[in-house]
Amino acid sequence: MASTITSPASADDRVSARSLGARLLSRPEIGSLVGAAVILVFFLIAAPPFRNIDNTGTILYQAALIGVMAVPVSLLMIGGEFDLSAGVAVTTSGLTAGIFSYQFSMNVWVGVLVALVFSLAIGAFNGWLLMRTGLPSFLVTLGTFFILQGLNIAVTRITSGAVASNSISDMDGFGAAKAIFASEFKLGGITVKIIIVWWIVFVAIAAWVLLKTQIGNWIFAAGGDAAAARAVGVPVKKVKIGLFMAVGFFAWFTGMQLLFNSNGVVQSGEGVGKEFLYIIAAVVGGCLLTGGYGSVVGAAVGALIFGMVQLGVVYAGWNPDWFKAFLGAMLLLATIVNLVVKKRAEAR
Amino acid sequence: MVRWQKKAVAAVAAVALAAALAACSSSGGKQKEQSSSGSGGNVADTPRMKVALITHSGPGDTFWDIVRRGAEAAAKKDNIELQYSADPDGAAQANLVQTAIDSKVDGIAVTLNKPDAVIPNVKKAIAAGIPVTILNGGLDRWKTTGALGYFGQDERIAGQATGEKLKQLGAKKVICVIHEQGNVSLEARCQGIKDKFGNVENVNVNGTDQPGTQATLTSKLQADKTADYVVALNAGIALTAVQAVKDAGSSAKVASFDMSKEMVKAVQDGTVQFAVDQQPYLQGYLAIDAIWLYKTNGDTIGGGDATLTGPAFIDKSNIAAVQKYAEAGTR
Repeated sequence: MASTITSPASADDRVSARSLGARLLSRPEIGSLVGAAVILVFFLIAAPPFRNIDNTGTILYQAALIGVMAVPVSLLMIGGEFDLSAGVAVTTSGLTAGIFSYQFSMNVWVGVLVALVFSLAIGAFNGWLLMRTGLPSFLVTLGTFFILQGLNIAVTRITSGAVASNSISDMDGFGAAKAIFASEFKLGGITVKIIIVWWIVFVAIAAWVLLKTQIGNWIFAAGGDAAAARAVGVPVKKVKIGLFMAVGFFAWFTGMQLLFNSNGVVQSGEGVGKEFLYIIAAVVGGCLLTGGYGSVVGAAVGALIFGMVQLGVVYAGWNPDWFKAFLGAMLLLATIVNLVVKKRAEAR
Repeated sequence: MVRWQKKAVAAVAAVALAAALAACSSSGGKQKEQSSSGSGGNVADTPRMKVALITHSGPGDTFWDIVRRGAEAAAKKDNIELQYSADPDGAAQANLVQTAIDSKVDGIAVTLNKPDAVIPNVKKAIAAGIPVTILNGGLDRWKTTGALGYFGQDERIAGQATGEKLKQLGAKKVICVIHEQGNVSLEARCQGIKDKFGNVENVNVNGTDQPGTQATLTSKLQADKTADYVVALNAGIALTAVQAVKDAGSSAKVASFDMSKEMVKAVQDGTVQFAVDQQPYLQGYLAIDAIWLYKTNGDTIGGGDATLTGPAFIDKSNIAAVQKYAEAGTR
């Protein structure tokens, strides 16, 4: 009898299939999805212009400005680190491309590529210093944050004599670059900025990497318990440096959007404080500050919540003085909901 | 609680109440505040309109509060519902303009201090048939947008006038304090002073960090004994500069751009020599009123050129006239 393969005995109770509901509830992004639905309904009632479908493009754009950066920031947080220099790094990248192209009268694309290399180098430097010194990422990236903030302004002043970079809008390659990074098209009455499309693509790729590939497992392992991960052969150092470089890559992309969206000029003082918005989006989306848990899709929903609240307050015609208070309360609420849902799910 | 404790609590409460009553201030405080400023009179009988005022102000800025008051006063008089929103980030401010277009407002008043980011959406608004006025910033670029008018100060001219005045006062070396890096208007002011005066050094501080600003200026004045005038670019920074001059034991004098309640006192007692006022109330007021005039009578103001709201110099000679309005928070 060659084939005496018996059907497996009753499944081992340690790996029993959980109910669909329990599995859903244990997803890190569920809290943010519930929150997004609540906020959407709330503003649909409170703000008449919010109901107009044509305005979806504006809200999505506001969300995408935060959301693109929330992708690598959430991956980094799952990997157990975070990056305080992410906000000014965006400005640095935009300035690098603008200043380089202008000063050397190069095709715009040369500046774009130089900015990419520079942004990746900043990420690599952050990761390398972190692994080399063993300092907390908070301190390392705080240092980078100040360095970049100073460089942005000092270098811009030296090269252009002012606090904004010289416009590169009349240089070769500008049109093509603008088409890729900062164009817009109509989709049935909705004006869609191209960055929204990129954002969706980035979220899809990053979510796939995180959930379906070995690298994704490495990220979870490195963030959960670095020592244990190292013991089972996860290249923790490479993973973390790679994650910081991913932040660099996305900072470059967002920086290019900034540059080509505003006529080839970047204001050198911008970007400060943005890093916290990226972190907020990731945390609302279910990432833990301690690492090892979280979701890219959740971070995208977190960014969407941010965009909805920011513009919802305006659409409703309320006094924007309240926006920050509203945001803080929402952040606390979202994280508490996440915690409760997570505990519930684990208790089942 | 036992009986003696209750008695003690009652006694303490009575004493506290008495103290609180006795502690009423005979001067200052809320009691002295005047009822809301501006025109409390009639409202225009023109149809109700919705107008958005969109600035690049950070949260909690005195100057922009005055602009907003002026806008509110005009809105109240013109039967306009004013929607105020602000974001210091260029891209975000541009998106607020888009939000106003989405909300189908009847007019938009907007600052162009981050021109490259905001102008595309201003053009979009005008293309959508929404009249737009520009206020406060963007003097050299506003005409390209097709806006109705510009209400603000030519910062370069204001700087040059200040430079002239410093020359008259016999200053030798000026420190120009830039409190918001990346702001073209502030740069233009210092540049204007330099045009007419020459010996100017710019110092960058973080305007949202008062103690840090004070320390930076103190060390600057300690290091550079030749500086005999500090020009601050807003009232808050000027008062900080006064402190820094004291700390450094320097004999430098302080001049300021823009007014505030505290600035009135400082000009009166001579700790600040003079203030260059660009009349923010007027900027907000005219930007909204111009939209109303255009919508109701097809009027435009300024004949295709900027309508300048400054510079007006305020010093000991004319401070008395300004005092009343500054205390009401409209100058």
